[in-house]
Amino acid sequence: MWPELARAALTRHPLRTWLAVLGVAVSAALLLDMVMLATGMRDSFAELYLKKGFPLRVAPKGTLPFDTEATIGGASALRAEIEGGALIGRVSPVLGLTLHHIEARTAAASTVLGFGLDPRVQGDYELVTGTDMDASPAASPVRVVVNAPLLTRLGKRVGDTLTLAAAYDPQLRTTRGRLVARVVGEVRFLYTPPASPVVAMPLAALQGVHPGGPDRVSLFMVEARDTSRVEEARAWIERTAPRVSAISTTTAMVQVEQRLSYFRQLAFILGSISLAIGFLLVTTLVTVSVNERIGEIAVLRAIGVSKRHVVQQIVTEGAVLSIAGAIGGLALGLATARVLNRILSDFPGLPAAFDFFRFEPRAAWVSLGLLMLAGIAAGVYPAWRAASLPVAQTLREEAVG
Amino acid sequence: MTAVVLDAEQVERTYAQAERGARGVTAVRGVSLRVHAGEYVALVGPSGCGKSTMLNLLGAIDVPTAGRVLLDGIDVRTLGDREATRLRLERVGFVFQRFYLMPTLTAAENVELPMAEAGVARRERASRARELLGYVGLGDRADHRPAQLSGGEQQRVAIARALANRPALVLADEPTGELDAATGDDIIALFERLNADGTTLVVVTHDERLATAARRVVHMKDGRIVDDRVVRPLLGRTA
Repeated sequence: MWPELARAALTRHPLRTWLAVLGVAVSAALLLDMVMLATGMRDSFAELYLKKGFPLRVAPKGTLPFDTEATIGGASALRAEIEGGALIGRVSPVLGLTLHHIEARTAAASTVLGFGLDPRVQGDYELVTGTDMDASPAASPVRVVVNAPLLTRLGKRVGDTLTLAAAYDPQLRTTRGRLVARVVGEVRFLYTPPASPVVAMPLAALQGVHPGGPDRVSLFMVEARDTSRVEEARAWIERTAPRVSAISTTTAMVQVEQRLSYFRQLAFILGSISLAIGFLLVTTLVTVSVNERIGEIAVLRAIGVSKRHVVQQIVTEGAVLSIAGAIGGLALGLATARVLNRILSDFPGLPAAFDFFRFEPRAAWVSLGLLMLAGIAAGVYPAWRAASLPVAQTLREEAVG
Repeated sequence: MTAVVLDAEQVERTYAQAERGARGVTAVRGVSLRVHAGEYVALVGPSGCGKSTMLNLLGAIDVPTAGRVLLDGIDVRTLGDREATRLRLERVGFVFQRFYLMPTLTAAENVELPMAEAGVARRERASRARELLGYVGLGDRADHRPAQLSGGEQQRVAIARALANRPALVLADEPTGELDAATGDDIIALFERLNADGTTLVVVTHDERLATAARRVVHMKDGRIVDDRVVRPLLGRTA
């Protein structure tokens, strides 16, 4: 009968109850979004980093991958040396360079990002349509793969030819490091911003036009034979080649964590505030509702209803508000996270596959569970206060009032 | 001689300052009252004479500051909140001036409430609730909510609720206070019928007609009993 009384109390003022549920839902949505924000970037980064199974990045000493334009010289020898390590699996070289596409008819130039890769072991893109490039630099024109933004911006299709240059003088309209390439496939790059036009070609072809000279790479992506010994492999690389820095996913994640600590703190504070708002909202509503029914509650106590059952009834009211709010908040939070993710994905320099908000079920359930617990706790004090009022005095005051 | 249901001995109730304004007030002063099973007692007197306080003490919703109240032989002052609540649930039925029905429940559900608290099975309490509503003349109004009932009908539901757990005693505080004369008469008749059927009644009232209907009238003044008279003795009673 007490659940029925709780239901009856909630349906007595339906508009007020719905508004309270909406308020809790907004609070829950904010809490969920903050949890998704706190964990989303970190998890998204880790997932991106490990997507192709290369848990190690080898960059010029003291730099992070693509943090500077510094390159590693003597790349072939170093690659061979690293590949010779007992703990090492595949080694994927990556050379990055800003290229200029020269429009044959107008001689107008536009900038694209170029990658030199070894297609046999690359971990930078996934083929969408067409065929993959081959490793041979001798093919003429060079067979390249590009992403959709490049095709759109240059008005090209798979099968078309591109004229690319490593350097372009806009005054004289002269170029250096020129090469002609044929687009053989459309790909999706994992680590580049979504709207950036990108072309990938065999490593040797890009090395041939690189202003820093041949046999250079920006970084190596390295696979460990045994995933449980990545740190050992990292240490071995740094010992073997002191001119490079090797960064493991774990180390990178620590650095990412440090860089994202601001977001996490912000998310924690806003999440805590939303939890407090949910708690106060339910407390306020339950208190108002109890104060309106103080005479009824005194009568229930007078006719023999136990304190425990009165408390149960009122706490149930708070719990129902919190649970309904949390369910609504889950839907609302996911919807807002989706919209915010879309807006924030245009943030400059971020990979297309990077998510700010990511639904991590355990964290979501914990946070929504916390909100529900807060809602239940919110009803306890007003419930206990109401159940503990002196019955005779309350009845007398109600009769006078 | 029938069994003693209520025995108040030298009962006193003083409200401390915090409870009643600037200085302590003694609402009931050394009152002794014994009620036997089957009696119908009216507590009458001017406003503020301590009648309602006395009723609260007799019904174990308040505790005397001195003296003792034995309800069915149990000293109310020795009980904790849980035991006193259980005692009220099982031994006492309350009827209030303002009915105090749960507005969101139907008449039948209101009557079921004390039975649900006492752990009576759903089917049994539903059946008894309808039976009691029939007894008070509301058999056809069981599914109506209080707002759909007149004042008199609401008071009848409250009386049915008071009878739900077959209490040893029914206490009523100004049960006709909110009703017009005609409706009040119906309630008075219902109380007479209840008593005739064996229910022990103690009624606090200003209503002359209700007081006249009682078998025993106890007059209170300034917190004391000033007159205690049996006006219509119970059949089979010698005192």
